[in-house]
Amino acid sequence: MSSTIQNIYFRSDQAKAYTLLSPALILVILAMAAPMIVMIFTSFNTQISMIEIDRTFTTGRYEDFFSKPIFSMLLFRSVKISFFVTLLTLLTTYPLAYYIAFYVKKNKMLWIVLMTLPFWTSYLLRVFSWRVILGNKGVINSALMGTGMIDEPLGFLLYNQAAVIITLSHAWAAFAILPLYVSLDKIDKSLLEASYDLGNTKFETFWRVTFPLSLPGVIGAILIIFIPTVGDYVTPQLVGGTDGRMLSNMIQSLFGRANNFPLGAASAVLMLTTVCLIAALVTYITKKVSMRMS
Amino acid sequence: MYNKNNTLFVYCVFYFAFLYIPVLLLPIFSFNDSFHMVFPLKGFTFDWYIQMWNKSRLHQALFNSIKVGIIASVVSTFIALFAAKAFTRYKVKFHGLSYGAILLPFIIPEIIIAVALIVIWTSMGLKLGLIPVTISHILFCTPFCMLILISRMEGFDKSLEEASMDLGENSFWTFWRVTFPLLLPGIIASLLLAFVISFDEFILAFFLSSSDQTLPIYMWSQLRFPKKFPHILALGAIIIIVTSLIVMTAYWLRNLGQGKKKDFSIGI
Repeated sequence: MSSTIQNIYFRSDQAKAYTLLSPALILVILAMAAPMIVMIFTSFNTQISMIEIDRTFTTGRYEDFFSKPIFSMLLFRSVKISFFVTLLTLLTTYPLAYYIAFYVKKNKMLWIVLMTLPFWTSYLLRVFSWRVILGNKGVINSALMGTGMIDEPLGFLLYNQAAVIITLSHAWAAFAILPLYVSLDKIDKSLLEASYDLGNTKFETFWRVTFPLSLPGVIGAILIIFIPTVGDYVTPQLVGGTDGRMLSNMIQSLFGRANNFPLGAASAVLMLTTVCLIAALVTYITKKVSMRMS
Repeated sequence: MYNKNNTLFVYCVFYFAFLYIPVLLLPIFSFNDSFHMVFPLKGFTFDWYIQMWNKSRLHQALFNSIKVGIIASVVSTFIALFAAKAFTRYKVKFHGLSYGAILLPFIIPEIIIAVALIVIWTSMGLKLGLIPVTISHILFCTPFCMLILISRMEGFDKSLEEASMDLGENSFWTFWRVTFPLLLPGIIASLLLAFVISFDEFILAFFLSSSDQTLPIYMWSQLRFPKKFPHILALGAIIIIVTSLIVMTAYWLRNLGQGKKKDFSIGI
């Protein structure tokens, strides 16, 4: 008897919770899930004129994608660039988060605010600014030529993959600093003292205690930087040139000048699939590693 | 043990410079009397700011962005408020699944959402414009607002609500007189940050706005012409200053009345 009452009560609690959740879930279903299903359907169609799409089922767009080497090459390059962006961002922001977590005593909040503030200012302008810094008539070249160190502008600074990687790493820094800082700041300082008392050096303590305990932050940063940057459009468009073009630029042109919605949809589906597979792989490896450590 | 580390400090200063130089460069050049962004600076001028004042397409784009930003931030904060309450006050069945689903739009590449929306919108025969842009911004901002509000709700003492109920208030008045005032700083922070995100958002608007330009799209259309972009620099300088002020206000509000428990986790 009491269990039925409990059951009803529990159910009503669930009902209340899901009533509260329903606007958010309906939003995700109508504005994301349903459009994605239509996107998948469209990827199996054919564009026959500027505005007309033939709705008969065909795998032709996927065959197009894999038969023209440029597509797979751009997808591979997008993943490669994002991989290096993630790596560079982690390596450059870890010492920073480490310093704020362990050495800054007063005004930690101010440090965090200052380190994340640039993230909020116009993304477009920040990326554009890198074009000004790296360009032929840009800040670096005009400074070097002004001081007489070089006679000709250095052309290799802009319009390549390295420029894309540096710019993206600058743009996404805040997404690494915060999770890294949060996980480092949580670490119980007495564990570090214990490690020193047991005779570990500073480096050993970092490698055996601090770093493993900061792994949740590292994984969080990897996922939150790697996944969105695979689909970045603005940065390769402004600083990438031909060498730094990514799949997103191709997708955009398929919805613009090239006007091939089905092929654009197929490219987006394949990008999404790739990203999901890699995210699943990262999560799987993390689970394995953390199980082995414990 | 962890008192000083000069090497790390110097590194932090350099990183700080790396972070800020690209942002500060634009305001500097916005006063430079030349079409080219080259050092040394030529002379001081307000021309670009005056020129910006006279662009009617810019005014239209600014108005569009503000309109979309206000609607998107209000709607997504509302939706997020309910969701955050569900996650903090109830043991939701399939917690991970619904939580993940709501956060998803914030994580997957925006271009995929843009493609999905443009495909469904055009296949329904609807006209692109500010409506699909606003919908996409609501979708994109909601997860963010939810994270801010959840951390705010976890931050305050549940017993205050219980005390109100014990004193005979019903759940509506408890919400209105106890929960809401306690949440208010978080709600305003959520509104402000969602507005900034929507105001700055490029790729969704680029795919979905058609001829109704938002401000980032207007800026994008001007970047290609060297003669035109000095006034974009002036606009950029103003955007940088205003968003910085809004974001600092939001940061301050988020920690207001939280006592010693400062929260950094949901900055992004």
